[in-house]
Amino acid sequence: MKAALALLAAACVFPLAMHGLDQHFYIGFGARVLIYAMAAASLNLVLGYGGMVSFGHAAFFGAGAYVTGILAAEGLRSAWIAWPAAVAVAALAALVIGAISLRTRGVYFIMITLAFAQMMYYVFVSLKAYGGDDGLSLPGRSTLGFGLELKNPLTWYYVVLVLVVASLYLLHRIVHSRFGRVIQAIRENETRAEAIGYPVYRYKLACFVVSGAIAGLAGALIANQSSYVGPGLLHWVQSGTLMIMVILGGVGRFWGGPIGALVLLTLEETISGSDWLGPYALHWQLPVGVILLAIVLYAPQGIAGAIRKRRHA
Amino acid sequence: MLELRGVTKRFGGVVATEDVTLTVKSGEIHALIGPNGAGKTTLIGQISGALFPDSGEIAFQDKPITRLRQHERVARGLARSYQITSIFRRFSVLDNLALAVQARSGSSFSFWRPVAAERALADEARAIAADINLAEKCDVPAGSLSHGDQRALEVGLALATNPKLVLLDEPMAGMGPEESQRMIALIQRIRARVTVLLVEHDMDAVFRLADRISVLVNGRLVATDVPQQIKMNAEVRKAYLGDELAA
Repeated sequence: MKAALALLAAACVFPLAMHGLDQHFYIGFGARVLIYAMAAASLNLVLGYGGMVSFGHAAFFGAGAYVTGILAAEGLRSAWIAWPAAVAVAALAALVIGAISLRTRGVYFIMITLAFAQMMYYVFVSLKAYGGDDGLSLPGRSTLGFGLELKNPLTWYYVVLVLVVASLYLLHRIVHSRFGRVIQAIRENETRAEAIGYPVYRYKLACFVVSGAIAGLAGALIANQSSYVGPGLLHWVQSGTLMIMVILGGVGRFWGGPIGALVLLTLEETISGSDWLGPYALHWQLPVGVILLAIVLYAPQGIAGAIRKRRHA
Repeated sequence: MLELRGVTKRFGGVVATEDVTLTVKSGEIHALIGPNGAGKTTLIGQISGALFPDSGEIAFQDKPITRLRQHERVARGLARSYQITSIFRRFSVLDNLALAVQARSGSSFSFWRPVAAERALADEARAIAADINLAEKCDVPAGSLSHGDQRALEVGLALATNPKLVLLDEPMAGMGPEESQRMIALIQRIRARVTVLLVEHDMDAVFRLADRISVLVNGRLVATDVPQQIKMNAEVRKAYLGDELAA
C-alpha cells in the first residue's frame, strides 16, 4: 500500500518536474509508459491470474485504437463517445475470440489467439478506406470538454494517469474478489475447480472479456498519444511486447504489468537514444533480451516478485 | 438417492464399464471394490459428470442427471474426491476450503467486494478444517502439507461443497496405518449428514465402514450385498477376494 502510494506520488510529480526542467519530451514518454502499464496489467489478468497464455492481446489494444481513429476520421472526436466505443468493441472482439479460443488448451490456445490477432492485423492492412498499410493520422486528440485541452501535454498526462489509476484499482478489486479467487483457482487446477462446482469456461471467458475491454481503453489512449493508428498496433510483435512486459514485471504479480512497462520502455528509450553507443544503439533489443533471459532464469516471478521476496526476507 | 441403470462406457474397443446397474440408498456408506483396472474410477467419473456414459441412465434424487455437466451436479449436491490428490497447491488450506464453500453459496460473478472480508465463507471453511483435523494448519499452503494432510484436504474439498452424496475415490491411497484410522474416523463422523460411495482398496476400512458393498470386475458389477454376504459370495471370492481373504 505504501509502495503504491509512493509510486502514485512519483507519477503525479514526474511531469511537473519535467516541465520545470523544460524536458517536455519526457512528459509524453511518461504518458506512453502509463498507457502501456494499463495494457500490460490487462494482459496480466488473463496471463498471470487466469493462467491463459494469450498471444493475441494486441488485437484488443489495436481494436480500441482503430475505433478511436476511425471515429475521429469520421469527425467524431468526443472522448465520451469514442473511448467507451473503443472499450465496447474490444470487449466484443474478446468475447468472440475468447468464446472460440477458450475451447482449446495449452499450445493450441497460444496459437489460436495469435492467429486471430494476425487475422485482424491483415484486415486493417487491407482496409484501404482507413489508410491500409500506412495507417491513419488523427486530426487531433479526442475532446473531453470541461475546458480540458488534451493537446496540452500536462493535461493529457494527467487524464491518462486518472484512467490508469482507475483501471488498476478496478483490476485490484477484481483479483481480490470472489471472481478473482475463482480464476486463480482455475489457473492452479482447472479440473478440480470444475469438480467443486465452477463452470470453468464461463469464468475464463468473463476474465478474457474484462481484460480485452481494458486493453481496448489503453488502445484508445495510445491512438491519442501518437495521433496515429496503424496496423502495427495489432501485429504479433505488439502482443509479444506486452507479454515481455508482464514477464519482466512479474506474471501474476499485481504490479507486474506496470513495472514491466516502465522498465522495458525506459530501457528502450535510454539504450536506443544514447549517443555513446553510436550505431549500436539501434540494437537496443539485444541487451533487453539478455536482461529478459536473466529475469526468467534468476527471478521467475519478475521484478515485482523479486522486490516482494527481498521485503519479506 | 443415486441410481445407475445399464451404464456402459467404452474407450475405443475396450469396455471400461459394462451395463452397470446400481442403487445407492440415502444415508448409507456404499463401498465399491474391485481389482485394479476394474473400472471403478471410470464409473466415479461418469457419476460425477467428468465423463458421459455411452448408454444407460443415471438418476440422482429421482431426477435424471445423465447429461448434466459436472458443476451442475455439484449444485445438486453430488461431489467427488480424487484418487490422485487434486488440490489448489499454492492456496492456503483455508482458501482451498473457502473456495469450495463459495461454489455453493451465492454467485461468484462478483467482481468488486473483497472475498477475504466474507466472514461466512471463512467461518464455514474453518469448521470443515476442524472436521478434517487441519484446524491448526489453516494458513499453510496446501502444497507443503504432508501426504496424509493433503489426502484429508482432498476429501475436505469435496465435503466443503456441502454435498448430499459424496464419491470418495480411494481416500486412503498411500496412507500409513495411523492416517488411515483418522480417515476412517472422519468418514464415520460425516455419515450422519452425507451419503457416501466409497472406492477403496483397504479391505479393513471397507468392512468396517460399509453398509453394503458392490464388486466390480472387468467393468461389470458381479455382486451387491451386505459385507457378510460379500465375504461368502463365491463369485466374488473367485474373481477378487480369493487371495486376500483366503487366509
